[in-house]
Amino acid sequence: MHKEDFFTHYLLDTAWDEMCRPDGSARNHYVELMKRMQQITPQELKQRQQVADDTFLAQGVTFTVYGHEAGTEKIFPFDLIPRIITDREWRRVEQGLTQRITALNMFLHDIYHDEHILRDGVVPRDLVYSCRHYRREMRGVSVPQGIYINVTGSDLIRLPNGEFVVLEDNLRVPSGVSYMLVNRQMSKQVFPQLFDHYNVQSVEQYGQMLLSTLRSLAPHTNEPNIVLLTPGSYNSAYFEHTYLARQMGIQLVEGRDLVIHNNTVYMRTTSGLQKVDVIYRRIDDDFIDPLVFRPDSVLGVPGLMHAYRAGNVAIANALGTGVADDKALYAYVPAMIKYYSGQEPIINNVETYLLSDAQQRQYVLDNLESLVVKAVGESGGYGMLIGPQSTAAQRAEFAARITQEPRGYIAQPTLQLSRAPCIIDGQLEARHVDLRPYILYGDRVTIVPGGLTRVALTRGSLVVNSSQGGGSKDTWVLYADTE
Amino acid sequence: MAMLSRVADSLYWMSRYLERTEHTARLLDVTQHQLIDVDATASQQRWHRLWQALHYNEAMAGSHQPAPIVELFTADGQYPDSLVATITAARENARQVREHISSEMWEQINRLYLDIRQQVQGQRWQQAAHRFYGMVKSGSHLFQGITDATMIHDEGWNFIQIGRALERANNTASLLHSHLRILQPTGYEQGAHHAEWVALLKMCTAFEAYCKVHTPEVTPTRMIQFVVYDAVFPRSIRFCANSIHESTVAIGAKHTHGHAQRIQRVTGQFQAMLEYGGVDDALSTLAHNIVNVQQGCSQIGAVLHEVHIDYTIDSALSN
Repeated sequence: MHKEDFFTHYLLDTAWDEMCRPDGSARNHYVELMKRMQQITPQELKQRQQVADDTFLAQGVTFTVYGHEAGTEKIFPFDLIPRIITDREWRRVEQGLTQRITALNMFLHDIYHDEHILRDGVVPRDLVYSCRHYRREMRGVSVPQGIYINVTGSDLIRLPNGEFVVLEDNLRVPSGVSYMLVNRQMSKQVFPQLFDHYNVQSVEQYGQMLLSTLRSLAPHTNEPNIVLLTPGSYNSAYFEHTYLARQMGIQLVEGRDLVIHNNTVYMRTTSGLQKVDVIYRRIDDDFIDPLVFRPDSVLGVPGLMHAYRAGNVAIANALGTGVADDKALYAYVPAMIKYYSGQEPIINNVETYLLSDAQQRQYVLDNLESLVVKAVGESGGYGMLIGPQSTAAQRAEFAARITQEPRGYIAQPTLQLSRAPCIIDGQLEARHVDLRPYILYGDRVTIVPGGLTRVALTRGSLVVNSSQGGGSKDTWVLYADTE
Repeated sequence: MAMLSRVADSLYWMSRYLERTEHTARLLDVTQHQLIDVDATASQQRWHRLWQALHYNEAMAGSHQPAPIVELFTADGQYPDSLVATITAARENARQVREHISSEMWEQINRLYLDIRQQVQGQRWQQAAHRFYGMVKSGSHLFQGITDATMIHDEGWNFIQIGRALERANNTASLLHSHLRILQPTGYEQGAHHAEWVALLKMCTAFEAYCKVHTPEVTPTRMIQFVVYDAVFPRSIRFCANSIHESTVAIGAKHTHGHAQRIQRVTGQFQAMLEYGGVDDALSTLAHNIVNVQQGCSQIGAVLHEVHIDYTIDSALSN
């Protein structure tokens, strides 16, 4: 009896459903999971959910929410049911992201050196120079191995026809990878039997891969001293910083632990100063060196930029990478791929309206109700208008903002993100999801199979960000033979 | 892996602040609950000694009455020497180094902090003050036990030991200093001060231990020898000095730079002063020796900071 109840609320709509075909039957790779779900009682599921939540809280797997009472710590809601991706789907994602990240890196090198792509008129010059994250200080600087974007996370969504497209790239300090790792640990604890039926590709090597990537950047030494630079325990992602430092066995340092002498970076230890060769920084450009960037910042290290320019320390990611994940420049990424590799993009972009173009701007202003408007410099789901869910007052406010500062915004059609089964109040319901794979780029591009699947837990919501009530799931990429 | 100076500093201060919390709780407890049967003049002097021992800042708080000052030292988060303020500082230092202490340690100090906070809200602690101070003391003891049982006894642990022993030695010296008058050989009557002496021993958690060694017959000379110079009583200043020196030697053994020897010389001198000092004439030279102890403590704190925590770049690179 409970079996019917459990699936009663699982309704399909126009969005792509990860588990079911349009006729309601399970896709091949979800058959086994669905069978399992029918054998478990809702009470049992609730218990397992409780175990997972308690474990996260006890282990301190939390993030800090800004704008609430100071230091509010929350757990990132975890949904028990894994999101499953076939090997075939994954291989295409992997190829597409490798192609994309390689092109974006060439773009960054180009605009900070010879500017071929600007001179050839493929990307408008003013769009680059007007970007808030373009750093003149990086002009002519050689970064280790020529790689600017060592750690990135691109957000993919799935269109109603099942095609993966890139919604945005995160080329500065992407976060969330620790949740990918702890989610896997959790589903092994909660559903150990499921792993008997599915041959899931491992993600646990991420820490090791990240360490090798960082090691490959060390300028002059084979035994580099690598540190993770955190803004400190009040940062929303502090748990992740401590987690990754532990996974890699490296020091977790704050700005005040580092000093610069003769353009060399040292960390203060009880036994004296120790030279630092590679910094995996989790601090934004703006705060990293008060002598060069924001003078009021106490998070960074005075003089770091000089040591960096002198080539005495590697910083991952390089400074100035934010120009390439600007939401307006995003529209030109397919053109960059063609320009640098001569190939067609394997993964497409979402159609994007540039508001600095008068014609496109007019179209957007006339159709705000059906579009999504985003501020180019924002992330985390802040500064966004979702047309179909907005009020007239909100639309009027955004129209005014767009007219005042067209370069500050872009618009995209409202997309139906694909939906995946989630447990909501003991029932199975479909919720919108995205996918953020993590791409490492040192000697070569490597991507851990999977990534972080984020879920919009509120019914009908399209916003998956943790700061806006989103949750996450474990993401399984299957080996070819188990599909 | 080398230890970051910031981490060592936080461990040291976590430990100092917790010891200070326990010390304040014990003094308040003894003064309020052990000494209620003395006359009015004695009572006033007794409160004065307490304020002196706790370095009460009258200019900052501006009260002379016992009750508001007790409230200040217990529950006023704005007053830097209050129980609430010092446990908050201890917990904040622990929070900064959660990765370097055991989970059990973090849970215990966090629980103690939450319990104290909960009790001082709405002055709930006043309903059962003795039990409240007892909870603070046993919470601190539990933390020390957990630390010894769950943390690796390496460099970080040694910084914790130094913090605790230094704070304890310094607090005991201040306490004796505030009681100098009633310890002097002239002008006291045995009966009049006996209760005060017992109270003083209790403020050092020394009464039971003292009785086992010397019987309950309390004399100032024996008290000083016990509280300052005893080799095996774990709260004596000499015991603290040994512990500090052992820990600086252990830390120095791992370090190759020459500055580490500087701190060992200072702690070694401090230890020798207590090991070979004040045996026969403990009482007549007490005032002088207390000042030496206090100076020694602040010197050790300063040199430790200079050598391991906040050294200049030049001194670090000149090695």
